[in-house]
Amino acid sequence: MGKFNKTGKRSMPTLNTSSLPDLIFSLLFFFMIVTTMREVTLKVEFKAPVATELEKLEKKSLVTFIYVGRPTQDLRKKMGSESRIQLNDKFADVAEIQDYITQERSSMKESDQPFMTVSLKIDKDTKMGIVTDIKQALRQAYALKINYSAQLRQ
Amino acid sequence: MAKGKRSVPEINSSSTADIAFLLLIFFLITTSMDTDRGLARRLPPPPENKEQLDDIIVKERNVLPVRINANDQLMVGSDYLTVGELRDRAKEFIANPFNEANLPEKHEKEIPYFGKVMVTDMHVISLQNDRGTSYQAYIDVQNELVAAYNELRNELAQEKWQKNYSELTPEQQEAVREYYPQKISEAEPKNYGGK
Repeated sequence: MGKFNKTGKRSMPTLNTSSLPDLIFSLLFFFMIVTTMREVTLKVEFKAPVATELEKLEKKSLVTFIYVGRPTQDLRKKMGSESRIQLNDKFADVAEIQDYITQERSSMKESDQPFMTVSLKIDKDTKMGIVTDIKQALRQAYALKINYSAQLRQ
Repeated sequence: MAKGKRSVPEINSSSTADIAFLLLIFFLITTSMDTDRGLARRLPPPPENKEQLDDIIVKERNVLPVRINANDQLMVGSDYLTVGELRDRAKEFIANPFNEANLPEKHEKEIPYFGKVMVTDMHVISLQNDRGTSYQAYIDVQNELVAAYNELRNELAQEKWQKNYSELTPEQQEAVREYYPQKISEAEPKNYGGK
């Protein structure tokens, strides 16, 4: 049976994977560019209201965030289910906003300070009372550029 | 002298792919892709003292009061409107196309590209809400008002340059903004309409 002689083992040609790292790296760079770091862990439930006339928030470094909403499910036992304000990583009172803004502003570069924007991320079911209080506090702190965060209506 | 080429031992690079994968997964987890969008607004500076509040007197015809009560009902001027009707009402108020006596007065103003035109630069839309108004209703109203301005600006840009407002050069946009300045005032909070 000369047809089936086993002269030398046949081996699969190996796939050249030397360019695989380059491929993955380019993916990595793509994601590094298009995404932004998540900065705070949300302690409030937050669902943005919908609107159509939206503008993009430019320059993330100039933006300070204020979150308002009901505490998340597991925090509700401790904090109740009323709407609360979250600054950075903790719950806060309206009275603390002014200090927070001053503090955030002083941590910015001096040339950037006039362009500081406050993004209000407020749950759509919040009552306006708390929002009005925040707005008054922001006025007192001279943080006049604000942005009501919203989602595009499909 | 060297006897032939000395071969450099190759570094095994088969694990760089794994390292890159690890980095990739790390970035996928810690970052978020959503771009922040929203309605940009400017708050008025805080009042210096109480008297200053009453200082600014505007003519009644120049003001369009928009009120939202605790049940998210809308009152514009002296009429009850739905949110859908607000846009046309606001557009009519801002532009005052037929120079009516009960709509904002017009002034002559020199604007680049347009020359001397009559504009309603004294108008103010005064937005008032109750403490019990829901945030979504408030944003809806804000959105309609901004939309009214955007539509007017687009119409003007189409008429003049046959382009949308967003496609104009910065100088042209500036001129259009001067023609239709955005004046939405958020009045001092009041607690009316019950709890």
